[in-house]
This record gives sequence, C-alpha cells and structure tokens, in this order.
Amino acid sequence: MKYLKLLFIMSLVLLPALCPAAGDGYGYPILDSYAATIMGTPDKLKLKHPEGIPSRELVIHPILNLKKPDVFFYDNGLRCALAYQKKKAPLIFLIAGTGSSYNAPKLMAMMNGLYNAGFHVITLSSPTHPNFVINASRSHIPGNLTEDAADLYQVMETAWNHVKGDIEVSNFCLSGYSLGATQAAFVAKLDDERKVFNFNKVLLINPAVSLYDSVKRIEALLDGIPGGPKKIGAFFNRMLNRFVEFYREGDFIEVNNEFLYEVYKADLVSRDEAGGLIGLSFRINSAGMLFASDVMTNGGYIVPKNRVLKPSDPLEDYFRVGVYLSFIQYFNEYFYPYFRGQRPGLTREQLIQSLSLKSIEGYLKSNPKFGVMTNENDFILSSADREYLRQLFGEATKVYPRGGHLGNLEYRDNMVYMTDFVGFFN
Amino acid sequence: MITTLRWVCPVLTALFLALNLSGCASTNPAYPPEEPAMHSVREIDDEYIAHVNDPWEGFNRSMYKFNYTFDKYVFLPVVNTYEFLAPTFVQTGVSNFFNNIGEICTLYNSLFQLKGGKALTTTGRFLTNSTLGIAGLFDPATRLGLARQNEDFGQTLGRWGVGTGPYVVMPVLGPATVRDVSGYAVDTGVHAALVNEADLDEDLQNGITALNTIDIRHQQPFRYYESGYPFEYYMVRFLYREKQELEALR
Repeated sequence: MKYLKLLFIMSLVLLPALCPAAGDGYGYPILDSYAATIMGTPDKLKLKHPEGIPSRELVIHPILNLKKPDVFFYDNGLRCALAYQKKKAPLIFLIAGTGSSYNAPKLMAMMNGLYNAGFHVITLSSPTHPNFVINASRSHIPGNLTEDAADLYQVMETAWNHVKGDIEVSNFCLSGYSLGATQAAFVAKLDDERKVFNFNKVLLINPAVSLYDSVKRIEALLDGIPGGPKKIGAFFNRMLNRFVEFYREGDFIEVNNEFLYEVYKADLVSRDEAGGLIGLSFRINSAGMLFASDVMTNGGYIVPKNRVLKPSDPLEDYFRVGVYLSFIQYFNEYFYPYFRGQRPGLTREQLIQSLSLKSIEGYLKSNPKFGVMTNENDFILSSADREYLRQLFGEATKVYPRGGHLGNLEYRDNMVYMTDFVGFFN
Repeated sequence: MITTLRWVCPVLTALFLALNLSGCASTNPAYPPEEPAMHSVREIDDEYIAHVNDPWEGFNRSMYKFNYTFDKYVFLPVVNTYEFLAPTFVQTGVSNFFNNIGEICTLYNSLFQLKGGKALTTTGRFLTNSTLGIAGLFDPATRLGLARQNEDFGQTLGRWGVGTGPYVVMPVLGPATVRDVSGYAVDTGVHAALVNEADLDEDLQNGITALNTIDIRHQQPFRYYESGYPFEYYMVRFLYREKQELEALR
C-alpha cells in the first residue's frame, strides 16, 4: 500500500524530469545536480539484492599504545565492516567520502552490490571521520593525501591480518567515492611500492582532482544563502521552519522518502538553498573532524590548549565554532602551519599542489588498473577537471550525463558498471 | 511491571553510582595552564543550529553515558542472546504481540485527544490482529491498509496545552521531556492495572514483563555513540525534539 502510494507520487514527480532525459539513453531521472545529490536514487531504480548478507564488524587498533582523552571514552578502536563469501573470492576495500563512516548508506549499498557480484568486501571510514582521526591517523590531522594513504594502508594491512585466517582471497581490488576515491589513487601508488596487495583494479567514483579546488567549490555553495556563510545558523532554522510548516499543511505519516519527494515536487527549496544545504551538511561533518583532530593534537584551535574535557562537559560551543569555520580557514590556520612545521620551507602553493591527482599523474597516466566514474554535472569538478580525467584515464573514464555528486551511485546502470569494472578479470 | 520495578530501581541506582564514581576516582595529573583557543563562539553573530533548551545538560550527558554503558554491559548482551536463540519468526511474533497490546494505549489516548480517525483505525487494528492475527502474533491489519498509529499520554497532555518541559535523558529509557515522563508514568499505570485485572501468576507476569522489555530494545535500532560523531548528543536531542514536534502536528 505504502509502496504503491510512493510509486504513484514518484511517477508524478519524475515524469516531467524524465521526458527531456529520454534522448540520451540514461535513465537516472533527476536533472538538477543539487537535487540529485540530496535525493540520491529513487528506490525503484536501484538494483534489487537479497536482504541480509553474511557480514560482521571489525574493531582494529592500527596505532599501538594510543592515548585517548576521556571525552572519547566511547571510542573502542577503529570500526570497519567485513562482508565475506564462503568460497575463494577477490577482496575489495572501499573508502568512504568526506566525514562518512564505514557504515554510511552509500558504502553499504556498494558493499551489497559487490558482495552479490562475488566479492569479499571490507569498508573503511573516511580518514576525515572522527573514529579514523582518533584511531588511525598518525598525525591526527586529516587531509594530506600522502599521509592519509599511508594511514589507510596501515589500516588495510591490520584489517587483512585480522581476517585472513577466516576467508580465502584470490586477489585484491580497491575503490572509494568522493574524497575516498582521490585517496584510493594515492593508496594504489603506495601499494605499487609496498606490494602487499598488488591491486588488480582500482575504481575511483566521483573523485576530486584537486582537493583544495573541490573544497573551495563546495564552500562556495554557502555564498548563495542570504547573508552568506556567516549566517549559516539562520539559514538552517529558516529551512527547518519551512519543512515543518509544509509538514503541518500536508497529510504525512512520517518523514521519509515520500515526504522528501513531496518537498521536491512543491519547489519548496530554491536552487541556491539546495546548494546551501549541501554546504551546510559538509560543514556539520567537518565540525566533527575538526574537534576530534584538535582534541587529539591539543592544537588549541577550537578547544583551549591544555583543557581536559570530561565526558559530561558541554560541547555545544565547539560544535558551533566547528560549523562556523570554513574549510579554507582550517587549511590556512591549522593544516598548513602544521605541515610547514614538519617541512620548513614548504609553501602554501606546494602543499595545495600535493593534494591533487596531478601530483601523481606519472603513476596514474594510462595505468590499466584504473577506472573512473563521474558525472557531467558533478559540481566538485570544473569542466577542465573532467577533461583532465578523460586525458588521464582515456577509455576507462565513464562520465554520466547527470547525477550531481554521487546522486546516481546507487542507480542500477552505475552499480552494474561498477561491479563489471572491478569484476572484469575475476 | 511494578514488581520488576521494585528490584530494577535499586540495581540501576547502584550501577549508576558505581559507574560515575569510577569515573571520578581517576586523579588528573597536573596539566599546564589553559590557553585560549584560536576561535571561540565570541566571534559568531548568528543563530544557533539545532539548538534545544537543555537546563539539565550536565545530568543528561551523564545519563546518556550511563545508558551507553548499561546498553553495552547489560541490555544489549541480553537482547543479542535473545536474537541469537529465538528464530526470526518468533521475534516478529513477540513484537507483534506487544505492539498489539500497545494499541490499547494508542486507543484511549486518541479518544482523549478527540482524534476519531485514529481511534477508529486503532480499534480496527486491535480487533483484526487479536482475531485474524491470532491474539496479536501476526499483523494482518497493516497488510489490509490500516497503518499503525502512535499516541501516548504525553501527547495527550500536549494536545491540551501542557508544555513539553525541559529535555531529559532518562535512565535506560533514553531521550524524553518532562511531559513524556509524566505521560509514561500514566500509561505504565494503566498498563499495570490491566495486567492486574488479568490476574496472572506472578512468575508468569514477571516473565512477560522481562520479555516486553527485551522486545522494546530489540525493536529500537538506535545505539548510543554509534555515529562516532563527537556532537551526537546534540544531534539526538535535536532530532528527538523535532520528532516530538512533528508528532504533535498529526
């Protein structure tokens, strides 16, 4: 009943959007890049998989004798997920995007798809997720792709040692989305030197080419809201009130996809506001990263230096400051000074250059193990970035006509392409 | 219910004290003096995000931590054992059974709030599931298009203008408001009176109460601190209040 109703509403919502799309033979229905990013893929258009796969949570400790402040009393180690086949199979590692955890819905969808395509799967939180910052980042300062890759590699080795007695593995693959995709490229390069896994295939899904440029583009989404990024709180409350008002007037049972599609249909959110919501969710994620990093390093950035936080201490002020600070400020005031301290003479420009696929293009260029999936309207890339990816990976670059940033990741064509690409030799 | 509460309360109090005292016992080594952070709230000229009035935050955060610990060492191991031992169809049957009894609470509260449609749907559900659904073990009503409603005395109080009162994290029960807690007490009292009417053997009654408690946790997927997000407490507090506000609109 509920399903039927949802279907009915979706056909109403999506029909106008579908019509102009029919020409290019790609069935992902949401045209606008921000709307696609927020709404993702309608359930009806996802691949159907059997429910429930054999999986378990892994808790690992990649850094020995790690001292954790009391305020992280609940953190018992780095958490990852393993889905396992009962026969010999390839193992794929998946890296989440900015601020996302090993059990983020998008990563779980990939895990499901790849498990059903015959893989063992291990999912990893983004190095920007607080659980990773605390347990697995040796500097506790995420964002440096070379160091993130070394940390990720250590995590993969630890996780592999943890499970290799229990599963039979034929070969290894690697994938990640968003920031996780860019990091996957650096991990693959490191593996070329260390040769622990000798990855067969590496698939980058909606990667950033230059981390700094992509972050700048995401931050710019907040320029479109009234008063700009400094009025992000007022924006949040205004949007919230509008949703509640809409809910009050409608006849909704609960806040679910149906409600979301109704919001979409009613043009409740302008394009600038949709962009603002994406920027806001990015800031909320980065606030957690900033806080975890600052406490672990006693950096004195948003938490007073030498302050010892107890588990019951209020943290709301740190949350507010964390959301208020832009990623560019984090880069200029916290990130860059730290790495300049490590490598005297390092210029800001050099650091920015090092946070890009271009810094390892000699390794990536025409490397047959790599593939890329991205979208024509993924707003974290410029058109020059997309062109660059095409040059770098040639035919292994798949650019879909729409889908925004990761909106079409779960769309059935994308999922099939993904599993076909990494599964090609298996 | 009442008899179980008689032993649950002292155990909880003892656990809470033990857990908190062990936290206080660690002595802090001498740290260097604090220095102000580079950025603080003083530079913000903007509204709060996801803010909820929370005058008892210190207590609430301690309770939030207590619930995490209680879950980890007591509640979830019991629930996990139950999930491991009982076949899935038994677990579903148990949930359906207790949800069906819960319809009584929804029914009288819908009536108190003069919500005729909800009362009718709920009556239909209760009658269908108690008969066709074999004493509530199955839920054919949902398949027949009668969606499950949810009303409690807290919402009834809200309907007649009683404010929510401050946010409070209850031991074991989790996020609530003062109004919810009073409502919960009333609904629990009614439930206990009904169970008393049934005049069950005391052991059986305790067994049912225990199973009910396990089932409530089994049906609730939330896990404290699972997000790993350092500000999870604030997110949960905000989402709880939003959920409550939206429920009041229905």
